[in-house]
Amino acid sequence: MATFDVIILGGGPAGYVCAIRAAQLGLSTAVIEQDKLGGVCVNIGCIPTKALLHSAYIANLLKESKDFGVEAGDVKTDYGVAMKRSRRVSDQNSKGVEFLMKKNKITVVRGTGVLQPGKKVKVGSDVHEAKKAVVIATGSRVKGIPQIGLEINKTTVISSDEALLMEKIPATLAIIGAGAVGMEFADIFNAFGVKVTLIEALPRILPLEDAEASDTLSKSYRKRGIEVIAGAKVTKANVAKDKVTLDVEAGGEKKQVAAAAVLMAAGRAVNIENVGLKECGIQLTERGFIKVDKNLQTSTAGYYAIGDVAGPPMLAHKGSREGVVVAELVAGQKPHPIKYDNVPSVTYCHPEVASIGLTEEQCKEKKLDYVAGKFPFSANGRARGTGETEGFVKILRDKKYGEILGAHIVGADASEMIHELTVARENEYTVEEIELAIHAHPTMSEAVAQAALDSLGRVVDM
Amino acid sequence: MATKVHMEALSPTMEEGRLVKWTKHEGDPVKSGDTLAEVETDKAVMELVARADGQLLKVMVPEGTTVPVGNVVAWIGKAGEKVDGAGSQESGAGAAKSAPAAAVSKPAPAPTPVPKPAPTPAVPAPVAAQADATRVKASPLARRIAKESGVDLKLVQGSGPGGRVIKRDVEAGATQTQAAAPAPSSRLPAPSGVPYEDVPLTQIRKTIAKRLATSLGPIPHFFLTTEIDMERAAEAREALNKQLGEEGGKISFNDIIIKAVALALVQHRACNAWFQDDHIRYWNEVHIGMAVAIEDGLITPVIRNADLKSLREIGAESRELAGRARNRRLKPEEYTGATFSVSNLGMFDIDQFTAVINPPEAGIVAIGSIVAKAIPDGERVVVRRRLRLTMSCDHRVIDGATGAVFLKTLKQMLENPLAMLL
Repeated sequence: MATFDVIILGGGPAGYVCAIRAAQLGLSTAVIEQDKLGGVCVNIGCIPTKALLHSAYIANLLKESKDFGVEAGDVKTDYGVAMKRSRRVSDQNSKGVEFLMKKNKITVVRGTGVLQPGKKVKVGSDVHEAKKAVVIATGSRVKGIPQIGLEINKTTVISSDEALLMEKIPATLAIIGAGAVGMEFADIFNAFGVKVTLIEALPRILPLEDAEASDTLSKSYRKRGIEVIAGAKVTKANVAKDKVTLDVEAGGEKKQVAAAAVLMAAGRAVNIENVGLKECGIQLTERGFIKVDKNLQTSTAGYYAIGDVAGPPMLAHKGSREGVVVAELVAGQKPHPIKYDNVPSVTYCHPEVASIGLTEEQCKEKKLDYVAGKFPFSANGRARGTGETEGFVKILRDKKYGEILGAHIVGADASEMIHELTVARENEYTVEEIELAIHAHPTMSEAVAQAALDSLGRVVDM
Repeated sequence: MATKVHMEALSPTMEEGRLVKWTKHEGDPVKSGDTLAEVETDKAVMELVARADGQLLKVMVPEGTTVPVGNVVAWIGKAGEKVDGAGSQESGAGAAKSAPAAAVSKPAPAPTPVPKPAPTPAVPAPVAAQADATRVKASPLARRIAKESGVDLKLVQGSGPGGRVIKRDVEAGATQTQAAAPAPSSRLPAPSGVPYEDVPLTQIRKTIAKRLATSLGPIPHFFLTTEIDMERAAEAREALNKQLGEEGGKISFNDIIIKAVALALVQHRACNAWFQDDHIRYWNEVHIGMAVAIEDGLITPVIRNADLKSLREIGAESRELAGRARNRRLKPEEYTGATFSVSNLGMFDIDQFTAVINPPEAGIVAIGSIVAKAIPDGERVVVRRRLRLTMSCDHRVIDGATGAVFLKTLKQMLENPLAMLL
């Protein structure tokens, strides 16, 4: 039995960041991980998909390169090669986390941890004890929809886990769920020549984003040959050996979608089973997440929960920040509370979609007095130069005080540009401060300043 | 690395300070918080304290030197550490002025140019800005909400990083103000637990302010004089002092006048106000500034909440404050923030005078000598002790009639001191 100040269950982006911060603050720290360090994010999530998305981007770029005066001849794609490259990227990152654990003198215990009362964690036959805190960061996994016959079978009904490791890709693919995961895989497989049908139950794809972002992406995807069916209900699935047929109802019409495989991208389930929660008296919320207070402490003192298990948004960067906050709390510091309304959301499809704060629909629902300032990349010099003219920047400005209620960027590198607005909102800058800051010319970011100006009724470049 | 010791802004208005005395000397060990030197500001002698631990390596300015805020006056570091001797000259804004020995601070004529090490950047000004107690750290959004909802950021406790005032702090402050303020039926709602209320200037008030200011300096003064019968106040004072007897701590006429002014201000809040350019701040608290002559000027220590204090408390406090004022040992918070002032030259046999308003206050009363006079009393002539009191009013805030009714209350209180017990 070993004793630590802090024991963290799970070495994903919430758990490993929590461990590093705890170690920085002088706490003896252990991380228990049953698989590879870095969790879903590094191994079968954020990181490998970004590698594959870049392969897809290059494939699409080469198809158009002739217009730019560069002829690449016949463009051939090989998903197997792209997949192997993405694995190397993931492995590099996972090794990087391992190195960080060593560097910060964090003990990594390999195995499956089960919580026990008295701030203890059992791994195999060993029991480890935490003097200060146990942190639950067990994350989440893909879930199927067994109710309609779509149980993940790893051959014809697959999840992102399988999609990321395929050597050969199916000729046709139906993707159920058009959130970030579904959107990104639709982009990837389309670029690699798969006939993709994207099915979303809610009235529009990217249902959590601003409606204008959804519209732009719908158009862009359809132009590239992706079939997009929103507001669609899959009533029945017929899973055969090498084919799946889906009965889909959309817009009052019934139709059948047949595909060689179905990719399930309709939400994730949190890993709360067999963790020992009940034995420690740790309660769940109605929606099945671990119930935490504002300090992320569970219903049992000394046990904290961070990341996906602690509730939405299920995003790596939100989990990492929760890890930092818990480490600081346990070390007796007073960290600044997390602004959950200021967590950026990014979908890395092409064009990228990035947002912060409220959508225009939410502003309307809340009956806020706002102005939407908008600037399209088609009017931006840099975007014209690179041919990346799809998309826009939209800033929702509170009329009275100029507060940035929300910001939405659709376009190449939107994921990078959103942070200007994230920093602005974190520091409570108003639209005026955004506009006052001189933006370099020519850049895509100028569109942010122009959208700010537009919200003030004095856009210059349009 | 050695740390610079800057001349700090020790009072809100301080622009330079005279280094009176070094209390630590080169080579002395110092801890953060130790007093390094005594510095004479525009108002008082204050202590300059160390902000770092180590040894006082080098003193850059001799005693008696006047140094602009932000300039380096000394270095603290590890024993034997080398420091940049050009310290006090680094501010391009203004070199140290030395009153007694002008030559001391003059830089030696530059010898033949020698390649210099990297010059220290000239950065003292921002340091001084940080030391300014009147500066509020607030987000742009918080500032804007505060401005439009009339919340004073200085009174808001910030909950952001480093105490920065953020949106939710202002919103909390605004709801408090709203909750506390009664329905806006009268122009001057009654005191309500908040220290004051800001009332925006009406157009007519703005015009009055502008027109009168052009006619008589920046503050358009006018004066109201009244003669007050102090017979009963004098009798009351004698009785009270007899009662206090050997206990000491006698009550002066000045104490009685301060108390009466404070109580009259409670009844006439329109005179207990600050002119603030675009609004008038009507105070719900009464803080009386008491002009005290000191060797080379005057200073007005403040008796806070004078309306709530007993004569004995006012007496003790005013003696103590006046004593320290003469020794120039007042802290800035002890001579700022008055809502109204009293100036007394009675002890100099001055019958009557007008006092100059101490902005942003809107009024001051000038107290002359109490003199025995023959006064007609019906058919007879009686001898009574009388006081001539003149109130100076800022016409932008106080109109003639407003001042007159205040003075009437004050006169009644002093002529019938028992009224103060009401």
